[in-house]
Order: sequence, then structure tokens, then C-alpha cells
Amino acid sequence: MTLEALAIGQRARIVAVDWDRVAPEDGKRLRALGIDEGARIAIAHRGVLGGRDPIAIMIGRMTIALRRAHAEAMTVEHL
Amino acid sequence: MTRLRRAALVGNPNAGKSALFNALTGARQKIANYPGVTVERKVGRLVLPSGEPVELIDLPGSYSFDAASPDEEVTRKVVMGEFPGEAKPDALVIVLDAANLEQHLVFAQEVIALGVPTVVALNMIDLAERDGLVLDPAALSQALGVPVVPTVAVRRRGLAELTEAIGSAEELADAQSHPDPRPHITLPERRLTARNIAKAAILSESTEHRIHAGLDKVLLHPWLGPLILFAILFVIFQAVFAWATPFADALDAGAGALSGLVVANFPAGFLRDLVTEGVIAGVGSVVVFLPQIVILFFFILLMEASGYMARAAFVMDRMMASVGLSGKSFIPLLSSFACAIPGIMATRSIADPKDRLTTILIAPLMTCSARLPVYGIIIAAVIPNTSVAPFVGLQGLVLLGLYLAGIVGAMVVALVLRKSVTKGDASGFIMELPRYQLPAVKDLLIGLWQRAWVFLRRAGTIIFAATVVLWLLLTFPKADPGESQVDASFAGQIATAMHPVFEPIGFNREMTLALVPAMAAREVAVSSLATTYAVDSDDEDKTLAALEGKISQLWGLPTALAFLAWFVFAPQCVSTIAVARRETNGWKWPAFMVGYLFALAYAFAGLTYWLATAAGL
Ligand SMILES: Nc1nc2c(ncn2[C@@H]2O[C@H](COP(=O)(O)OP(=O)(O)OP(=O)(O)O)[C@@H](O)[C@H]2O)c(=O)[nH]1
Ligand SMILES: [Mg+2]
Repeated sequence: MTLEALAIGQRARIVAVDWDRVAPEDGKRLRALGIDEGARIAIAHRGVLGGRDPIAIMIGRMTIALRRAHAEAMTVEHL
Repeated sequence: MTRLRRAALVGNPNAGKSALFNALTGARQKIANYPGVTVERKVGRLVLPSGEPVELIDLPGSYSFDAASPDEEVTRKVVMGEFPGEAKPDALVIVLDAANLEQHLVFAQEVIALGVPTVVALNMIDLAERDGLVLDPAALSQALGVPVVPTVAVRRRGLAELTEAIGSAEELADAQSHPDPRPHITLPERRLTARNIAKAAILSESTEHRIHAGLDKVLLHPWLGPLILFAILFVIFQAVFAWATPFADALDAGAGALSGLVVANFPAGFLRDLVTEGVIAGVGSVVVFLPQIVILFFFILLMEASGYMARAAFVMDRMMASVGLSGKSFIPLLSSFACAIPGIMATRSIADPKDRLTTILIAPLMTCSARLPVYGIIIAAVIPNTSVAPFVGLQGLVLLGLYLAGIVGAMVVALVLRKSVTKGDASGFIMELPRYQLPAVKDLLIGLWQRAWVFLRRAGTIIFAATVVLWLLLTFPKADPGESQVDASFAGQIATAMHPVFEPIGFNREMTLALVPAMAAREVAVSSLATTYAVDSDDEDKTLAALEGKISQLWGLPTALAFLAWFVFAPQCVSTIAVARRETNGWKWPAFMVGYLFALAYAFAGLTYWLATAAGL
């Protein structure tokens, strides 16, 4: 299942990322923030006014905003 | 061993580098609670305990030397000694967020591996404590192999120790590891090391470290979030009118009294008229807006320091995305509410070049604080000071409407640009949402004082100069008896020549004339009108209240509204044009920007005038 489909509050681990679906600069940023294979994350907030974009995820002690398109490129498994 | 000359502050964004830089050098660089505040290198002077001065360099925050945006590129170049005209720093000060070690230690390892003498400032210790973390700096120092000094930049804690450590960095250099012999340490390896080091350095941690999770639940809520953002903007613009009035009235009365004193004590003539008509009526009419400017900045600084700004970017991202921009553009655009110049500079944190260009081109549409006096005087003159509901003033509502008009205009323009001249894929939005902080009253006051000072300096220099030149052009040549002085003057002749262009959109001659000096700065539109009417009338009363009276008496409502519409769009600011030239490396884009903005200004001023006239206003 993708990160995009994860329920709010559900803890999960990223098991694979399809980096080809992410713009190179964005990929760099995501990896720099630790959003990569093996990372433990949870979705904290989702989208504004009906649209499910952007998404805020918790990773370590950080809250990071990213786009749904990024989340769709990431496969996660429940913890 | 060479003497230490140059040290640079490096670290992840929002670690407190600029706060430390200010505390150590006495500089006043902008600090705010969101990533990407510093976009240029800044140099200051730090005096070591030995009495020797060191050049301290503040750098943009960076996640890695593999730069993803223009500001990160600056950091890489300076640290590597590739920055044109600048020698490589002899020592590096890594600034870490003590409450987020696991993340900040990743880049720290990359920096330490360079083998340059390095000191670590373990900053934001107070926030770590607030979050229930107990850290062991000695363990951290041991693991990293460099000195670690706990600091709280904003409370000036640990500064002496840090300065001392920087001073001894050179001597320690020999003991420190030299460039890492292992050629390729991968990012995942660094991350693992960072986690282990962080774990060893954390003595205890409480489970609940997310004090702000509850706040985010509300502020990032799918529909409460936008509602709250809108409510905040609403309150700001109501306050700009409601709170400022007593202070503005007092300033205006002061200007009136001053003018009266001058008239009573000096003989009539050239000099007296210059002072009363040019300086007091002209410049004074702008200075009266100081309270409104201060109130506006009070709210902006509050949002910046608390950490709300990044949440606002989150809430706005959806709308930005729908016009092909990312939430990353939001912060430069928000800075443009203060002034488009820092706003355009702030676009350096945008990685995608087309995204960045689009943001630069629409930044002048954000209502900068220089428009406030123009809006303020026209609204005060033609919009009745009534309440449409309890605590909802009509004037504040109109002001909010003008701000929204600028925002909507910018969004529509961005949409068109992204489909034409800056065509390309919309880039993503990735942003760290910083922890909330209670703004320190002292920092807030210093920030306000700085903004007020900048405004007064503008009034004393550029606005003063433009107004005096206009006054001279209005005063000569002298009119024959019976003829109007303004008609006879050089300025009047210029206005008469230009007027046919602006007559169709409802502008009178005084307004047309005000547009020319207002290219220097938008506020000059107000001082120009004040001076023109002052020269024109024999009244002794040359206060802002008098100008308000003139406008409400001589301008029709359609004309006044058309003038407001003009200022929503018109690029009346040469400094903005100059910065756009510098940031886009040429005249092509600024020329395009000026062209489209004037075209929009003319069209919308006209539309407003014709519609208002047709509606019988
Ligand atoms: N509580 C606390 N806040 C701090 C400390 N140091 C900095 N801050 C706050 O943290 C925020 C970020 O500080 P800056 O100095 O702008 O951070 P920076 O590292 O220069 O950030 P960039 O320029 O974006 O890379 C501001 O709101 C500061 O007031 C500290 O030691 N304790
Ligand atoms: Mg900074």
C-alpha cells in the first residue's frame, strides 16, 4: 500500500520508494529529511478543503509537509 | 599554524544560525521561525577572548552539500572556498537544534568530514528541555570528535563558551580528524550513525514531546485551518484602522501645530512655503501612517516568530498548486506584504527556476506596506467610517478587499504565466513545519523598532526628496494674478500634457501628476497630492485631515475607487524593478513585469471607473 493511502495516525514504515516518479530536486530534499526506505512515519494531517493535498507527516521529531504525488510514490507497511 | 581569520556558521535551516550570528556580532539579521529565512551570506565581526577579531559568516541553512536550491548553493560555495572573491573559512561552527539531533547530525557529519577545524553549537537547549529531553554534551563531543558547546542563542546563553571554543578551534585542529579517509559514505549510513550518536547523547526523554500537536490539529484542520487564516487576516486589517486612529490623529494634530508655529514665526516667502507645503504637508502626510505600518508589522512579526507562517504555507499550498505554484512560493509572497524587495530575494529558496521566476514576476502584486498610506488616505476620505456589523468596520473591510484583490490578481497572473512564458511542470512542496514558539517580547519590540526606523528613513530621504522636487516644480514659474499657481507651474504643464492618457480612466490632473514622482516610492503619491493641494489653496490648514477633506470634496467616488484599483497593480517602485533585474540577470523579465503590471493597472482602474459610474456611485 502507498503512503498516500495510509490512515491518519497509523504508524508505518516506508519499504520502497519509486524515485522515478519524484522530481530529482524533490527527491534530494525528501532524502535529506530522512524520508527514504526504512523510515518510520505516520500521517499527521491531510489536505485542505476537500482536496487531500498537501500531507503532513511525522518522522522522528519533525513534522514535514509534502505533496500527495510524493506520497503516491512510496510503499509502506503497517507497524 | 596560521591565525584564525574567518569562521562560518553552518547547519540545517532554522537551527538558529542567524540568531547566534546576531548574538555574537551584534548584527541585526532577520531571524524567523521557518526554514529558509537567510538566503545570502552575511559577514560580521566577532572578537575572540584574545582580543583578536574574526570575520564571522552567516550562511543560508542547508541539508547537504549536494545543493537543491540557489541558497544552499551559496552555502556550499562559501564553505568549499569556491565563492568568488572570498577565501575559504578557517573554521566552521556547526549549529545544531538540540531538540532534533537525529536529523541535524546528518549534515553535521558531512561538515566534520571536511577536516576543517570545527566547533559545534548545541543550540536551542531550552526547547529540548521544554520537550523533555536531557542531553549529554560531553558524550556528543566524544562521538563527533569536536568540541560541543550548549547554547541558547535567543537568551544569549553559552556565548562566551562558544567564542572561546572558536578561538581554540585552530589549536584543536591537529587533534581533530583530518578529511575522512573513507571515500563514499552513503546517506543511509550517515543517517544510521546520526541515530546512534543521538541515542547515546540523549540521557532521558519523556514520551510526550509534541506540545504543538494539538495546535496543529486546529490550525491545519481541513476547513478550520483556512477559516482561521482568513480570520487572522481579517483581524489584522480591522486593527490597522481601528487601533491606529488615535495615534494617527495625534501625529496629524502635531503636524498641524508645527505648521501653525512655522507660519506664526517666520515671514511669508519661499522658505516658509517650502517647509509648510513641501515638508510638513507632503512628508508629514506620509509619516502620519507610521502607526498603521507598525500595527501591520506587529502581526507579521508575530506570525513569523511563532511558527504559524509555515502552517499558513501548508494551508495555502492547495490554492498555489491550482495555479501551478508550490507552497514554497508562499513565504516569498508573504514577505512581499512587507516589501517586494525582500520578497523577491527570498525566492532564492525555491529550487525550480521557472517556479522562482513566476514568483518574482507576481511578487509586486502583493500589497506592500508602501501602499498602506495610499489606501489609507483614499479609504479614509471616501469610505464612511461605519460598522457593517459589531466590530466589523467598513473601512477595514475595504482594505481587506484591496489586499485580496492583489492576491487574486497574482494567482490569475501566475496561472496565465505558467501556461505561457514560464510553462513547465509544477514543482512539489516539501517543507519542515517548525515547532511553535512563544515570541520573545524583546525581539518583537526590536523588530518593530527596525521597521519603524526603515519607514521613517524612507520618509526622510526618498519621500522627502521627491516631494521637494515636486514642490519646486509646482512653485515655478509663478502664476500671474488671477491664474492658478498649479496651472502655471512646470508640474502643472506636465500634468496637462499627460492628462489625456489618464482622463478616460477617471483620473483628474492632480492624480495624474502624483503618479510621476510616485515611481520613486508609492507613498510619494500621498505626499504629492498633499503638496499639490497645499500649493493650490490659501488655507493655513495643511494637515492630512485637510487632504482627506479635499479628496472627499473634489473626487467623485468612481475616481477614488479607480485610483485604488490602479495602485493594486501598478509597479510604482524603481527599487523593485532594480532587484528584479539583479535576481533575473537582465532587463528582459523586469521589462515584461513592468509592462504587464501597467497594462493591468490601466485596465482595472478604467473598469472600476466605468462600472462605478454606470452604477451611479
Ligand atoms: N527557544 C529558542 N529559540 C531559538 C534559539 N535560537 C534560535 N531560536 C529561534 O529559532 C528560529 C530560527 O532562528 P534563525 O536564527 O532564523 O535560524 P537560521 O538557522 O538562521 O535559519 P535559516 O536562515 O532559515 O537557515 C527563530 O524563531 C529564533 O528566534 C534558541 O536557542 N532557543
Ligand atoms: Mg538564518
